[in-house]
Amino acid sequence: MIVLEKRPQPSKAWSYATPLVAVIATMVFGGILFAILGKNPIEAIGTIFWEPLFGEFAFYYRPQLLVKGAPLVLIAIGLSLGFRAGIWNIGAEGQYIMGAIFGAGAGLAFYPLDAFYIFPIMVIAGAFGGWLWAMIPAFLKVRFGTNEILVSLMLVYVAEQFLASVSLGLLKNPEGFGFPGSRNLQSYESAHNAELIAGSGMHWGVVAAFIAVIFSYILLNRHMLGFHIRLTGEAPRAAKFAGVNPARLILFCLGLSGALAGLAGMFEVSGPSGVVSIDFNVGYGFTAIIVAFLGRLHPVGILLAGGLMALTYIGGEIAQSQLGLPAAAIQVFQGMLLFFLLAFDLLTNYRIRAARSEVA
Amino acid sequence: MDLGEINPVLLLASLMVAATPLLLAAIGELVVEKAGVLNLGVEGMMIVGAISGFAISVETGSPWLGFVAAAIGGAVLSLLFVLLTQVALANQVASGLALTLFGLGFSALLGQSYVGIKPPSMGDIHIPLISDIPVIGPILFQHDPILYVGIALTAAVWATLKYTRVGLILRAVGENHDAAHALGYKVIKIRIMAILFGGACAGLGGAYISLIRVPQWTEGMTAGVGWIALALVVFASWKPWRALLGAYLFGGITVLQLNLQAAGVAIPVEYLAMSPYIITILVLVILSADKSSAPASLGRIFHASH
Repeated sequence: MIVLEKRPQPSKAWSYATPLVAVIATMVFGGILFAILGKNPIEAIGTIFWEPLFGEFAFYYRPQLLVKGAPLVLIAIGLSLGFRAGIWNIGAEGQYIMGAIFGAGAGLAFYPLDAFYIFPIMVIAGAFGGWLWAMIPAFLKVRFGTNEILVSLMLVYVAEQFLASVSLGLLKNPEGFGFPGSRNLQSYESAHNAELIAGSGMHWGVVAAFIAVIFSYILLNRHMLGFHIRLTGEAPRAAKFAGVNPARLILFCLGLSGALAGLAGMFEVSGPSGVVSIDFNVGYGFTAIIVAFLGRLHPVGILLAGGLMALTYIGGEIAQSQLGLPAAAIQVFQGMLLFFLLAFDLLTNYRIRAARSEVA
Repeated sequence: MDLGEINPVLLLASLMVAATPLLLAAIGELVVEKAGVLNLGVEGMMIVGAISGFAISVETGSPWLGFVAAAIGGAVLSLLFVLLTQVALANQVASGLALTLFGLGFSALLGQSYVGIKPPSMGDIHIPLISDIPVIGPILFQHDPILYVGIALTAAVWATLKYTRVGLILRAVGENHDAAHALGYKVIKIRIMAILFGGACAGLGGAYISLIRVPQWTEGMTAGVGWIALALVVFASWKPWRALLGAYLFGGITVLQLNLQAAGVAIPVEYLAMSPYIITILVLVILSADKSSAPASLGRIFHASH
């Protein structure tokens, strides 16, 4: 018989090791899944993890790593602050959409004016859009005690419908021959989130992601507010006695994660994607939840996890075109990763022991 | 626009059909939450139920076998939740999310070869005389059998929770797991049974969408019904009959907005499609003031130290 014994203190070593163990377990079980689908598992895993970094066309894929990783890291950083305090914003996908709509809307309002201040205004508008969307669950939670999980998630569906509405109406390209979708921001220079160094994949969103990582690190380790966030998550009663204002914390965590998700959406729509269209969002808001957990809700961890997740996206696309691996298989692969991570976390908090057979 | 085209009898009849997947999923989740477990993976279990039910009905030609498979599919997925939360003692919110993310991907993978196929029809029941009563007959007595299974399940859950020993133990575990453990009840075992039941119900609800309501398979076709079902449990203050009432209310809104779309009301289609989600939020706001009826141990991890 095996029993679990709660550790007095979570194990430091295991808390670093579990993400790695989870990744390895996912590779093994993912390989089995790919084998069931009739693909060579070693070839498939190799294609996903090796090809984008060191393969023949790595010069093309490596910049993509930054492009795909930036929104994931940006969103996950915001989410991680709330998750640490037990505030569950799972509607980042909706905030991402609203950020894109607000950002693109602000830019298109100036069309075809050419001015340096247009892009900064779009950045502010994008962050504002995401913030506004996240403030709905925040306000309802603070004022009425409504569950933020359900409200933020419901708002994803509302945002998706709103996206459909504006890409068919308000923001539709007047010169688009009736096709849905907005003007392409890539061909409107003042609003284009162009690569800072050509061919590097480095755009303003990547810069923002790195800044977010640094700021969140400082916030959590050097700032009173960060301490309150950690305290609320780890010992809610102690936080209450220490005079932490829960309403302020909810408004801050949800607001910030919304603003960051909005920024991610804005940088995406003005850069890699270019157009506001019905199928603009691809699930970054949900994948970012996995990234946040995989990174142990730690800023540096999230940076690494974001890179790894971006790798599975790109490697997944390569595996799709080269091996005919279905797109859904990659989604399953990513879901599996979160499963194993949560399961192996047991080892961080508990010790596994063989029980003595005597009756106590 | 012609509101006269909306037939109130057909509207009410389709309301009952639209409400059934919600009702099935919500009743299952209600039992899970009564046992003190918060499983946010309803959406994932529903979609897996939807595809397993669809696939088996198409392969065997029997919608009944399809529904059995859907219940098993939902329960198997909830077994993953059991492993995470009851064995590995993981956070329930995160585990539920993992279940939904995984379920959405897994169902898309399973369903690849089933897009665009029409499933075998279950057929509506027809009771002589009763089904032929004008107005009431078509609304209440001319539906598929699963719809009545949903209502029967509501009654069964209500009676079990209220009048039986099993129900009492389940509620004790949900209210105070330490006390229940001290009394000698197997907290983990009871919770596992509740979670599996919830998974099976969600699976049935999902299959109802893919086999009867739509009937077709498309990726992500549950479109948030699982999440609305979670909201419905709060709306119902954990009472089965109120869950039924709530399901009909939400079913009604869904059907009404679809009818308004078809009738060409001046409101854009997208705004009508938003309405069920917005109304869910509004209802949550109105009802969240009263939290007294929530099971006291809801979402807390149980670990017997000795």
